[in-house]
Amino acid sequence: MENHDNHIASYSLNWTVLLGLLILTTLSVLAVEIHLGAFTVALALLIASVKVTIVMTYFMHLKYEGIMLRLMAGGVFLLFAAVIVVTFSDYYFR
Amino acid sequence: MSTNVHSEYIDRDTGKMGMWLFLFTELYLFGGLFIVYAVMRSKYSADFHLAALELNTMIGTINTVVLLVSSMTVAMSLTAIQRNQAGLAMGLVFVTLLLAGIFIVNKYFEWGHEISLQLYPGTEVMKTLPHGGIIFYSLYYMMTGLHVLHVIIGGVILTIVLFKLKSGTINREHFLLHENGALYWHLVDLIWIFLFPLLYLIS
Repeated sequence: MENHDNHIASYSLNWTVLLGLLILTTLSVLAVEIHLGAFTVALALLIASVKVTIVMTYFMHLKYEGIMLRLMAGGVFLLFAAVIVVTFSDYYFR
Repeated sequence: MSTNVHSEYIDRDTGKMGMWLFLFTELYLFGGLFIVYAVMRSKYSADFHLAALELNTMIGTINTVVLLVSSMTVAMSLTAIQRNQAGLAMGLVFVTLLLAGIFIVNKYFEWGHEISLQLYPGTEVMKTLPHGGIIFYSLYYMMTGLHVLHVIIGGVILTIVLFKLKSGTINREHFLLHENGALYWHLVDLIWIFLFPLLYLIS
């Protein structure tokens, strides 16, 4: 069976990704110190989303997988976002 | 045709797709809890903020770092086995398991502290909290508890991977179980990446 994913991630790539993730973690912890009110939450979640994308792209190898998996993963998160939007729309307009 | 030849046909692509489908269901499992948390938080934002002050952000941050490093080590172990470095792969999986253990021990101390303060569902202390505070703690224990259960499950899976690496069942040609186990571990990390700011970093 032909596996189109024959890419082996290098050790240095793994280290680089970890470094990026640690920097983002530091940022999110520090960001809480800055009082932006409601936007602090949005910023923390935004940084978390970036971290999740990085983990999925590199550690979980999605960057080197076929288009099918990438579409599915993207679709899952889009659907989740849609559920959040619908839930909050319902809730706020009660 | 008297002999029944059992041929090991392992379709790595399909096997991996199956694992990803399962991971999606896990994402929605926690996603559902996140939505409950989000709605409850918007409803009781002041109570949530107060209740969250009791949480130990230092331990939470340490746990975040522990899981991020463990994600790297398990990803590296895959690189190692694909490069036919079984010994290194085993070592890296072992380090991942050690980090998992550290996470669990931290969680034990963390919960232990909160439980010693009687901050858990059902106590008299809990009844003195405002409604939103009670909801916060219920969600806190539910979400972190379900997550640490997944850490333990992931640890069991990776232990199996470790033994199969030792016996050579997992090798450069056949490493689907290793790959899927690593994917599960990354999911555990993903969930925590979202849990951490939601629970510990509320302003």
